[in-house]
Amino acid sequence: MAAGDVVLRADNLRAHYVLDVPGGQKTVRAVDGVSIAVRRNEIYGIAGESGCGKSTLMKALYAWINRPLRLVEGTVYYTKDGKEFDIYALSKQELRRLRWTFMAYVPQGAMSIFNPVIKIKETYRDFLSSHLKGKTVNEMFEMAKEHIDQLGLPLSILDAYPHQLSGGMRQRVAIALAALLHPSVIFADEPTTALDVVVQRGVVQLLKDIQESLHNTIILVTHDMGIHANIADRLAIMYAGKIIEEGATEEIFKNPLHPYTQFLINSLPQFGDTSERVSAPGQPPSLANLPLGCAFHPRCPMAMPICKERQPEATVSGEHQVACWLHAEGREAEHAAHS
Amino acid sequence: MAMSFGSTLKELFRDYRFAVAFILLCLLITLAVMSFFAPHDPTLWYTAPRDLPPSRQHILGTTSRGQDVFWQAAFAIRNSLIISAIAGIVSRVIAVAVGLVAGYQGGKSDRILMFITDGFLVIPLFLIIVMLAMLIRDKMNIFTTGLLLAVFGWAWDARVIRAQVLSLREREFTRTAILSGSRTLELVSKEYMPYITPLAFSTLINNMSWAIGMEMTLSIVGLTNMDIPTLGTMLKWALNYQAILMRRWNWVLTPVMLSVFLFIALYWMSVSISEYLDPRTRVQRVGVE
Amino acid sequence: MFIKNYLIPRLLQYFLVIFLGITIVFFIPRLAPTNPVERTIAEIRSRGTYLDPRFVQDMVDALTEMYGLSGSWLDQYKDFWVRLSKGDFGVSFFQFPTPVITLIKRALPWTVGLLFTTTVFSWVFGNIVGGMAGYAYNRRWSKALDLLVMLIRPIPYYVFALGLLILFGYVYRKFPIAGGATIGATPSFTLSYILDVLRHSALPAMSLAILGAASWFQTSKLIVQNVNAEDFVQYAQLGGVREGRIIFRYVIRNAMLPQITNLALSLGQILSGALITEIVFSYPGVGHLLYSAISTGDYNLIMGIISLSIVAITTLVLIVDLIYPLFDPRIRYK
Repeated sequence: MAAGDVVLRADNLRAHYVLDVPGGQKTVRAVDGVSIAVRRNEIYGIAGESGCGKSTLMKALYAWINRPLRLVEGTVYYTKDGKEFDIYALSKQELRRLRWTFMAYVPQGAMSIFNPVIKIKETYRDFLSSHLKGKTVNEMFEMAKEHIDQLGLPLSILDAYPHQLSGGMRQRVAIALAALLHPSVIFADEPTTALDVVVQRGVVQLLKDIQESLHNTIILVTHDMGIHANIADRLAIMYAGKIIEEGATEEIFKNPLHPYTQFLINSLPQFGDTSERVSAPGQPPSLANLPLGCAFHPRCPMAMPICKERQPEATVSGEHQVACWLHAEGREAEHAAHS
Repeated sequence: MAMSFGSTLKELFRDYRFAVAFILLCLLITLAVMSFFAPHDPTLWYTAPRDLPPSRQHILGTTSRGQDVFWQAAFAIRNSLIISAIAGIVSRVIAVAVGLVAGYQGGKSDRILMFITDGFLVIPLFLIIVMLAMLIRDKMNIFTTGLLLAVFGWAWDARVIRAQVLSLREREFTRTAILSGSRTLELVSKEYMPYITPLAFSTLINNMSWAIGMEMTLSIVGLTNMDIPTLGTMLKWALNYQAILMRRWNWVLTPVMLSVFLFIALYWMSVSISEYLDPRTRVQRVGVE
Repeated sequence: MFIKNYLIPRLLQYFLVIFLGITIVFFIPRLAPTNPVERTIAEIRSRGTYLDPRFVQDMVDALTEMYGLSGSWLDQYKDFWVRLSKGDFGVSFFQFPTPVITLIKRALPWTVGLLFTTTVFSWVFGNIVGGMAGYAYNRRWSKALDLLVMLIRPIPYYVFALGLLILFGYVYRKFPIAGGATIGATPSFTLSYILDVLRHSALPAMSLAILGAASWFQTSKLIVQNVNAEDFVQYAQLGGVREGRIIFRYVIRNAMLPQITNLALSLGQILSGALITEIVFSYPGVGHLLYSAISTGDYNLIMGIISLSIVAITTLVLIVDLIYPLFDPRIRYK
């Protein structure tokens, strides 16, 4: 799968939740210095435990910032028709026009994302009519029908109310809806969580089919490493608001550099391997109360003194990046090794 | 919930509504307390010249019955507050009892209690109160009025408390307590009360406001004891003497304005307390831009 | 399925509530310390009328008969229901010998007209404006309205009506202060009569409508602020759906559902408010009738009004309950 050039670029993105609690304010640093570049025609996976900031990162990339979430620092650039633009510099109207036509979103928990008092086809119509001009209601219903049919979903779902559909079906409807206007980027936040394995497969397949027919970009967030192994072309591992490792999926699975990544991969069951599964000891840190230095050091079996003091910067070797003192270049590494 | 009373108060004061309400209430209660220093018995007529405009001697003037408006008002507020306090407290007891039992026991007792509660909610209360008041007309004093109002003021809040108990019952600590062998009564009083008490308090204030309004409404149909000065009876006397027609605004508007201040103060206080308690609205109060 | 799970329980509840309500209304006066006949005699006496002791017993008998208090309680109870089903509430005391039902029928259109228009208006208006305010809860206009409502809402119907009466009836003489139409005007379908009625109902209607709208505004705003955070609203915003559409089809449509239920629950209180407002403005509806009944101790009239109100409210609640599934497909289809 030849990935094209960059369609989305984030530089030093920081997005925090600022909460008013009795006694002052609490800042949750959900996204704390993330820089990534996502390409055309690829499925880009973001992995990590719950609470590491993955969903917030997606929202920040989609420019979906609502209080108490705030964009503290950083820029997000998209490339459309060869031109690069800063999504945060757009007016509300321009942003609204881009949504669904250029970039779409499949939120976490498709259980409750559909308006419960209208039929699915009406929801489709709402999305369509907000972005297309000059179509009659019937034409829009026809478009919805065709689209659903193409993707192999039963036509009956269009006349159903959301509560009449199963969870898995709702998820697929949401994914189908995301692809409706052929957007260049589709964000999918935990599309398989809370679904049983068989249904998961259907969802994953749907994502694959869409990407293959549209040749667009899908950014997929899930804690399930198995899914990433299945369809992600490139993979980023997120921990405590930062990307700690990134690279081609195969490369990461074959050669995980960061100790945390190693834990994540080792926790995957494999056929025939009956050895004990070891997960990372301890708990992920509270994003409101991050430790000094590398956020992983309290749980890292290979922590060195420097890990407790300073945050590691990303080291790049080809396509594979990692932020860990173990793999740092230059004097820092020497200093770390000798202390 | 383990915050000291002082810091809770400070938090509440950040809401301008609570601050304004608190000050208003303090002023009104001060007025009520002043009634203990009144120079005359409020039920006596002609203790002063009739229909005087406000002056240094009579701050708010006098009524057509020859009474000082200011001192009448002081007694009126005091009695209205007492009646509403009785009504509020007794109805809290009923509301909390019903809400707790219905919410915690569930099942049949819940259904029966809710059926009764909904019955009280649906039936036009004013009419039933009127009917009862008519029958005990002679025996209406501060206490009976308060009790009468209490019997009809618990329904809505019983529902509110029941809702809270239902959500508490589903929480982790309930299961833990039950598994560790706590008896029902102990569980309820120790674990639930910290949540129920503030809720009962905010509904108490709301209920008191309702009770004062109801007392005034009963007065206009002549169902309260006219010899006891309350905001309602004071207004009724003024109306009986055609105070509006005769443009005697000092007599008519005093109970009206005082009651309006009271309603607003009580309402603002109850709203700010219940918003403070509701975790959803609390988080919404984010700091400066 | 729907019929069984939704309709039947509600019908059962409907009949049960009416049955219990009327029964309670039946028993309360009979359990009270003074019986209505004694009261009426006392009332007559208190007005200074002389009652020849030879005829007092006759009077007592006549009143007992008139009030339906003769015979055993069981007899009275059966008789009560029989008469109720025929719409016979006995004869009015203060407007002897007019039957109670006639008096009520005369007053009813005034009350229904006032009540229906103000309730519908305030519910719709309050919900829409409250919904928009809840959606834009950060804007200044929303906060300003909120403050205004916070000042109006806690005021009871009586005090508010009185305030309006003073303000627009006396201080700024804009509206008539009493009656349903100018005294002596003959009811007809002429424009002048209709305008006359409208002018007279302006103040009571404003009183009810403003208080009602304030209340619906507030609950609507609160509900909408919660609905805003609902996943499906967020989703529509993520999808770039037009804001107007979101406000009406996603937010208000869904916020309306609990408000329909709330409407059913508030009907009793709204009726009470209407009656009280009528009393303040001497509006010739059921409220005013009630006031006269209380002042003259007209027992039959009071019982009639209360019984009818219970039936009316319970029926209205049932109707609203039955309308609800039309708006919520989750109840309609399982």
